[in-house]
Amino acid sequence: MEIKKGIGVSPGVVISTAIVIDAEDLVIPKRNITPDAIPHEIERLSRAIDATIVDLQKLRDDVTNQHGKEIGGIFDFHIGILRDKLLRNQIVAEIEKNHATAEYASSVVMRRYANKFLAMTDRVLSERVKDIHDIEKGLLRSLIGQKHQDLAHLTQDVIVIAHDLLPSQTAALDRSHVKGFATDAGGRTSHTAIVARAMGIPAVVGLGNITSEVSGGDQVIIDGTRGMVIVNPDEDQLTEHREYEKKQLQLESDLATLRDLPAQTLDGHAVSLQANIEFPGEIDDAVIRGAQGIGLYRTEFLYLAADHEPDEEEHYAAYAEALERLQGKPLVIRTLDLGADKYTQEKAQNPERNPFLGDRSIRMCLHDIPMFKRQLRAIMRSSVLGDVRIMFPMISTLMELRQAKMVLNDVIEELEEDGIPFRRDIPIGIMIEVPSAALMANNFAKEVNFFSIGTNDLIQYTLAVDRTNERVAGLFCPAHPAVLALIRDVIRAGARNSVSVSVCGEMAGEPLYTLLLLGLGLTTFSMNGPDIPEVKKIIRSVTTEHARNVARKVMSFDSERQVMHFLREETRKIIPEAF
Amino acid sequence: MGLHARPAMQFVDLANQFTSEVRVLKGGDEPVEADGKSVMQMIVLEATQGTPLTIEANGDDADEAVKQLAELFESKFGEE
Repeated sequence: MEIKKGIGVSPGVVISTAIVIDAEDLVIPKRNITPDAIPHEIERLSRAIDATIVDLQKLRDDVTNQHGKEIGGIFDFHIGILRDKLLRNQIVAEIEKNHATAEYASSVVMRRYANKFLAMTDRVLSERVKDIHDIEKGLLRSLIGQKHQDLAHLTQDVIVIAHDLLPSQTAALDRSHVKGFATDAGGRTSHTAIVARAMGIPAVVGLGNITSEVSGGDQVIIDGTRGMVIVNPDEDQLTEHREYEKKQLQLESDLATLRDLPAQTLDGHAVSLQANIEFPGEIDDAVIRGAQGIGLYRTEFLYLAADHEPDEEEHYAAYAEALERLQGKPLVIRTLDLGADKYTQEKAQNPERNPFLGDRSIRMCLHDIPMFKRQLRAIMRSSVLGDVRIMFPMISTLMELRQAKMVLNDVIEELEEDGIPFRRDIPIGIMIEVPSAALMANNFAKEVNFFSIGTNDLIQYTLAVDRTNERVAGLFCPAHPAVLALIRDVIRAGARNSVSVSVCGEMAGEPLYTLLLLGLGLTTFSMNGPDIPEVKKIIRSVTTEHARNVARKVMSFDSERQVMHFLREETRKIIPEAF
Repeated sequence: MGLHARPAMQFVDLANQFTSEVRVLKGGDEPVEADGKSVMQMIVLEATQGTPLTIEANGDDADEAVKQLAELFESKFGEE
């Protein structure tokens, strides 16, 4: 039994069997398997050897055709080694005797031979050690590739343990059997965290070396709420967590029954609950949880998933797929919001000193009009397929909004010239996430159709806190009275100008703030799909009057502690099991 | 004649055509023994040119195996 602490990035508790994905760099951690997994490992070894031989035969033939028999013959040697029955038996013996994985056993045996080659006095033979390394790598690649294959065809529920999941790996996952994630690396905004939250399964990241401490087949408890992983738990822990898991499941199934009930208060005031997504595949799950539309489609993933900037057709394909899945429900597409992230910074020729105050988001788009136009053109083309809305992020001055709209007008004129159909009345909105935009909401309201408050950035820029910086992260708080005053004013400015207002930051999905936001007059909440049922439950349990009173009281406080304390008490009165 | 990759593979290919067990012994300061049907072991044997080797076979077709394997050495692995 071992307890490991990490960062809980997706809540919930799950107990299941571990499956470990090895790192791509072929560093094979030593792991033991259970005795009943031995035949499976031997079978995997045999399949890997056969597959490697087939690959090498093809390579040999290609090389022989291109460069002649002499060079192609090198691969005959590799094939000969892989066909060596004695070698195979030695690897099998390693698996059986030491309960090793096929990867580890192959690596151990091949390295033993490599050392023998290095010890030889005959230089020509000694040089052959390179071939031995090559053969080992080929074999390992095949074994690991197999595991990726295995992940697509899981037969039982598993918890995925990995160094850090790559987008290509999560894309291949058979999601119906994956019950949780635990990774060595990563933070709150890592790919694993985002995927786990979208899937609504528990995840703990930043565990350091979980891949070397867990073996495939181990029993593991993942507690995403408390950021804990328990490897091979004892009976007491199992009992405790099974109880907790059962309670959670009960709560979830109660919440699921809420799905088809309207999101309205006791006195019949309806609000719209929508979901935030990163890729169209998440839509079905969000709708199952009760999303009435997509309030935030983060299109960055189109740029990050591929190793090139997406062309117009790739944009269009993604938007068309999203609209088809939504069947008439609204889709708010946020234009590219990259710049301050590590991907762009690493690629940049001159990294910025202060990227969050730098060339990011709409600023970056306005500096690269052709790229911006490709995305806008694809959005406009898709507008005839459903209820599409365009949202510009990180707007800080009216000039930026006007420039962005001018680019959009250019795109519209071009589409007209080309005779391509599009919807003329497509709603245009902005993210309110910079204090200057919040303070000027009245002015902005005259030039857009909707606002969406991005609370994460709004808090960061209002309080001057980088929440990924551990030393100051404690200062990051949505309940700060200054943040709340900005949110209140934006909602008011929207109401006065008939501009709809939503909140699409994390605050919208936190039950603690539901009463407050409702009381401030918010009509659209956009959040991660799994958060929808609980927020809906709170909304359905109060009257507008009650929520307004809560909001009025909250706005009279002068510290975030008072705000949070009061909101916790008030929410508990409605849903005692919420906290 | 050193037992480098290609000759070692030829030797092993031939050895594998017999049902008998084939062992190759290298004498000298540190006597070493190799499985004549394993390429890996035959190479690790490090039988450089001029190393005296003993071929042993055990089984139904042992005599024929030793005869043909020795011939392979005598023909210098068909090269020259």
